[in-house]
Amino acid sequence: MKKESGIHIEGLSKRYGEGATAVDALKEVNMSVAPGEVVGLIGPSGSGKTTLLKCLGAVIEPTQGRMTLGGEVIYDNGWRISDLRVLRRDRIGFIFQAPYLIPFLDVTDNVALLPMLAGRPNGEARARALELLQALDVAHRASAETSELSGGEQQRVSIARALANRPPVILADEPTAPLDSERALAVVRILNQMASQYHTAIIVVTHDEKIIPTFKRIYHIRDGRTYEEAGEGRALQ
Amino acid sequence: MINLAGRDILHSWSKFVLTGLGLGLLIGVTFTMAGVYRGMVDDAKVLLNNSGADLWVVQKDTLGPYAESSSIPDDIYRSILGMSGVAQAANVSYLTMQVRKGDTDVRAMVVGFEPGQPGEPSYLVAGRRITRSHYEAVADVKTGFAVGDRIRIRRHEYTVVGLTQRMVSSGGDPMVFIPLKDAQEAQFLKDNDAIINQRARTGANPALNRPGVPGLLDAINASQNSNRNVNAVLVRVAEGHSPEAVAQDIRRWKHLQAFIRAQMENILIAKLIATAARQIAMFLVILTIVSAAIVAFIIYTMTLGKIREIAVLKLIGTHNRTIAAMILQQSLGLGLIGFAIGRIAATIWGPFFPRYVLLEPGDAVRGFVIVMVVCTLASTLAIRAALKVDPATAIGG
Ligand SMILES: Nc1ncnc2c1ncn2[C@@H]1O[C@H](COP(=O)(O)OP(=O)(O)OP(=O)(O)O)[C@@H](O)[C@H]1O
Ligand SMILES: [Mg+2]
Repeated sequence: MKKESGIHIEGLSKRYGEGATAVDALKEVNMSVAPGEVVGLIGPSGSGKTTLLKCLGAVIEPTQGRMTLGGEVIYDNGWRISDLRVLRRDRIGFIFQAPYLIPFLDVTDNVALLPMLAGRPNGEARARALELLQALDVAHRASAETSELSGGEQQRVSIARALANRPPVILADEPTAPLDSERALAVVRILNQMASQYHTAIIVVTHDEKIIPTFKRIYHIRDGRTYEEAGEGRALQ
Repeated sequence: MINLAGRDILHSWSKFVLTGLGLGLLIGVTFTMAGVYRGMVDDAKVLLNNSGADLWVVQKDTLGPYAESSSIPDDIYRSILGMSGVAQAANVSYLTMQVRKGDTDVRAMVVGFEPGQPGEPSYLVAGRRITRSHYEAVADVKTGFAVGDRIRIRRHEYTVVGLTQRMVSSGGDPMVFIPLKDAQEAQFLKDNDAIINQRARTGANPALNRPGVPGLLDAINASQNSNRNVNAVLVRVAEGHSPEAVAQDIRRWKHLQAFIRAQMENILIAKLIATAARQIAMFLVILTIVSAAIVAFIIYTMTLGKIREIAVLKLIGTHNRTIAAMILQQSLGLGLIGFAIGRIAATIWGPFFPRYVLLEPGDAVRGFVIVMVVCTLASTLAIRAALKVDPATAIGG
């Protein structure tokens, strides 16, 4: 099989529950995101966005289908990876609606924690964290408490955390929901920068009308099915 | 890898210190309770040591003189002195009563002893030994008396000439030592009305007041009003003789009970303070359970407050083991703070207790182990809650 990087999904389905109460949240979804690409995943409430993100993030198990990540089959009608925890740690970055930083770690260690969890020495992990904080323009707050940061700064730290282990894919769950339009666009600009700088495939689940026009490619999801569409790809200044 | 527990403790140190303070005071109370028991045991040993006796001879079939009342004639010591292996033998009497000084009174055990004989307090912290045969006293510092004070025991005033330390009865009452003759009088002294009534009763008894036997009534009255009893005879065994062998001879030939030092210690510790010890043990059990409940509750609440962070930590690939270790370490950290504060608190407030509080290093070690075990058990509830957290909850709905 040809090795393809990025993330690819074929015929992925997810059914919650059994029998009469069963819900088919995903119905043979197909999706493909190349390294360096940022795609939007949009759809009405209850359409299956979060379910798809959870399947991709290896926190719930799909019912059937196939997923490859960075050229490796991770799911083929069953997990092909023995340790999903390690998969999440090393190969998937997560960005949440709120930053969800660890309040008892300072800014640097919030980011350095991931390489440390992956077994990197503290010095190396912190050096990588600082590099990312610099790229995201929050290095001047490197030794601050997370609670001393502004909302936008916190969100940038959480992006740095998602990038910390250089994952081939980042899953962002409504990352701009609590931000105003200027800040929201700044976050998308950063995501695009990071995607091209670190060759990461980024999937952004969003409702946010402010940022939808920025995607070059959009997956619409409705009633558990995806429809691909070219986005406006409006330039970000 | 960084220590997550340590970072969390440093981050919310005020919460940990305040909780640790509360827990520490509780642990301090626990240590003190144990110290009170140790103090009672130690007091008993000091009491026996300072008496300078090898054998305690008391009334037959009693556990006297401390645990049960014992009364023996005061001339028996002479025949004991004549036995082989006996170096010294002396009468002693014990009487717990209120000793007055001015307007106040102090509960004390008044000990009658014969100077230079077993039963005399061997070590004074101030003043001198009793040199006169009447109306001088040596008091324990815990009575609050000072050298030169005039104290009142029954009808007579005594001058405090010396002070002892750590001389208390098994009930915790400090001792006042006075000459044996005075003590016997104090113990059995009757007031004048009682004497008059007693004489009238004796005089009205035709069997005792016989016209044909002059002097009989006077003799009876004299015998009734003098007391010839003491509570125990303390014996010092001559070198080269076994106390147990001498004790056996006394039991066999004198129809008295004789206890060797080990038996006396057993009576004091296993019998006399046994109820108090069980009482304290009960307290220790309850305090341990309460401490465990507090630690469990605090750690559980702290963990519930971190559910979101725990979900995120799990989502980004933190091992369950690491999260469990974090909670366990916090629980142990709390226990450590509590232990340190408890130990310090007990040391600070121990001397203010009316009875001697003995904080044994061995108890500290045992206490430390128990605190750590309790904290480990208490953290299981929180650890279970944390392990149940689904990493999917970090990704919203
Ligand atoms: N744990 C679950 N058990 C049963 N059904 C579920 C579960 N989670 C989601 N569903 C159902 O699956 C469908 C898709 O849910 P999902 O949360 O993926 O929607 P969504 O697109 O994220 O919606 P929203 O925009 O409101 O967050 C919905 O019909 C929902 O009721
Ligand atoms: Mg959703």
